Amino acid sequence: MSRSLKRFTRNPLTIVALLVVLGLIVSALFAPRLATHQPNRQDFRAVLQPPSKEHYLGTDEIGRDIYSRVIFGARISVTVGVLSVALGGLIGISVGLLAGFYGGLLDSVLMRFIDVLLAFPGILLAILLATALGAGLGPVVIAVAAYSVPTFARVMRGSVLGVRSREFVEAARAAGARSHRLIVKHVFLNAFSPVLVYATLLMGGAILTAAALSFLGVGVAPPTPEWGAMISTARSYMRQAPHVILGPGIAIFLTVLAFNVLGDALRDALDPKN
Amino acid sequence: MLSFIARRLIFSAFVVIGVLTLVFVSLHLAPGDPIDMLISPEGGGRAGPEIIAQLRSKYGLDQPLIVQYLNYLGNVLQLDLGTSIRNGRPVLQEVLRLYPATFELTLASLFVAALLGTLTGVLAALHKGGFVDHLSMTLALLGVSLPHFLLGLLLMLVFSLQLGWLPPSGREAGFGWESLKHLIMPAATLGVATTAIIGRLVRSSMLDVLKEDYVRTASAKGVHRRAVVMRHAFRNALIPLVTVLGLEFGVLLSGAVIAESIFAWPGLGRYLILGINGRDFPVVQGAVIFIATTFVLVNLVVDILYSFLDPRVQYA
Repeated sequence: MSRSLKRFTRNPLTIVALLVVLGLIVSALFAPRLATHQPNRQDFRAVLQPPSKEHYLGTDEIGRDIYSRVIFGARISVTVGVLSVALGGLIGISVGLLAGFYGGLLDSVLMRFIDVLLAFPGILLAILLATALGAGLGPVVIAVAAYSVPTFARVMRGSVLGVRSREFVEAARAAGARSHRLIVKHVFLNAFSPVLVYATLLMGGAILTAAALSFLGVGVAPPTPEWGAMISTARSYMRQAPHVILGPGIAIFLTVLAFNVLGDALRDALDPKN
Repeated sequence: MLSFIARRLIFSAFVVIGVLTLVFVSLHLAPGDPIDMLISPEGGGRAGPEIIAQLRSKYGLDQPLIVQYLNYLGNVLQLDLGTSIRNGRPVLQEVLRLYPATFELTLASLFVAALLGTLTGVLAALHKGGFVDHLSMTLALLGVSLPHFLLGLLLMLVFSLQLGWLPPSGREAGFGWESLKHLIMPAATLGVATTAIIGRLVRSSMLDVLKEDYVRTASAKGVHRRAVVMRHAFRNALIPLVTVLGLEFGVLLSGAVIAESIFAWPGLGRYLILGINGRDFPVVQGAVIFIATTFVLVNLVVDILYSFLDPRVQYA
C-alpha cells in the first residue's frame, strides 16, 4: 500500500488535483462564509459588470455576484457528483457482484439489462430520464446515476470473475464460509480497487453530465446557482460581457480536470503491472 | 461465422426491444401525461374536461398501460413514431429529414478525430517519455476534461464574435467553402473529446504492439524502422480502434445535441432539445429511439467487421 501511495503522490500534478478537489469540498461546505454576496440577490444598478474588487468575477445579467454564485455552485456539483456516483455505484456494484459471483442465468439476465442501458450512447439516457422526471436536484441525481450504472456493473463483474476462482476464495468456501460472507469479505474487498478508480473518474463525468443537463435546460432549475445553468444563461450576454462564462467555465473545467487526473493517478498507482 | 452473425442479430433485436421498453417506462414515470403538459398554463392553454378526455382518447392515453405499451411497440416496429403534440407533424419524417445534417456533423468530427487522434497517438508512442509524448498526453487530458458546451461557446466567442472569421450559427448544405466554414466550429466542439480518447487509445495500443515478438523479429532481421512501424506495428495497433470508432460514433451522435444547440445546427439533436423544451414527448421519444437504434446497428456492424479484422475473436 505504501508503494502505491508513493507512486500516487510522485507526480506533482496529482497533488495539484488533490488541492483542487479539496478546494471544491471546502467551497461546498463553507459557501456562506466564502461568498461575498447573497448568490441570488439581484442588483439592477450593477448589471454585467467586469471583475472588480467588489465583484471578483463580475456580475451577471441581473446584477448577481458571479464569484458568490460559483462558490455556491460547488455545493450543487459536489452534491450531484457524490450522490449520483454513490447511487450508480450501489446499483452497479450490486449488479456486477451478483452477476459475477453467481454466474449462470442470473448473470445473463442482469447483463442483458446492462446491455440495454449501454445502448444509450453518452448523455442520451440522462437526457431521457431528466426530461421524464422533471427539473430538480433529485431527477438530476437519478439521471446521472443511471449513466454510471453500466460502467460500475461491468467493471465490478469483470473484477469479480478475476477474483472468484482464486485460491483464497476456494479456501474460504472449503472452510465453510457462507455465500454472503464470501461475497462481501473475500470477493468484494479484493475486487474493489478497479471500482475505486472508476468511481473517481466517474465523479468528474457525473459533474460534467449534470452541468450539461442544466445547460440544456433539463437539470437543476433556476435561480439555483448551478455552473451549467449559469453558462447557459451567459450565452446571450457573452458578446457584451465575455467574463460571464469565465467564472463558471473555469470552475467546471478545473473540477473535471482534477478528477480525471486523480483517476489516472489512482489507476497507475493501483495497477499491479507497474 | 454465419451463426455468429445470426446470434449478434438476435442480440441486437433484443437490445432494441429493451431500449423501446426503457423509453416507454421512463416517459410514463413522468408526473402527469403529455396532455396535462399541453394544456397546463405553462403549456399555454386552458381546456375543459371534455376536450381533455377527447385528446386522451385520441392519443390512446385512456387505455390500460399494458395496452398502451403493446400499441406503442407495434407502432414503432411498423416505423410509426407518432406525431408531434405541438405541430402534428409525423416524427419519423422529421427525424429522417434532419438526420443528414447530424450525420454530416458526426462523420466530420469522427473523421478528423480519428486522423488527429491516430497521428498523435502513434507519435506519442514512438517518443514514449519524451517531449512529444508529454505534450500530446497533456493535450489529451485537457481535451477529455473540457466540457463540450464550454468549448463551443469559447470557440464562438473567439472566432465569430471577436475575429469574425467563422459564422456563429447555421448550416450550408453542399460541399463549398461556405458550408465548410459553417461546419468547422460545431465539428471541432463535438470532436475534441473523441480526438483525445482515440489519441490515448492508439498510444497504449501501439506501445503494446511494439512489445510483441513479431515486431522484435522484424527489427532483428533488419527491416527498416519505418517499415517496422508502419507495416508491422501500426496496422495491428489499429484493430482496437475499430471498436472504439463504433462506440464513439454513438457518443458523438448524442453529443451532437449540445453542439447543435450551441451553433443552431439544424439536426436531430436540436430537434430533441426543442422537443424537451416543449415537453413534446413523441418528439423526445422518437429522437431518442432513433439515436439509440442507430447506435445499436453501428455496433452490430462494428462487431462483425471486427471478427473479420481479428480472426482470433471467437465466434463461440
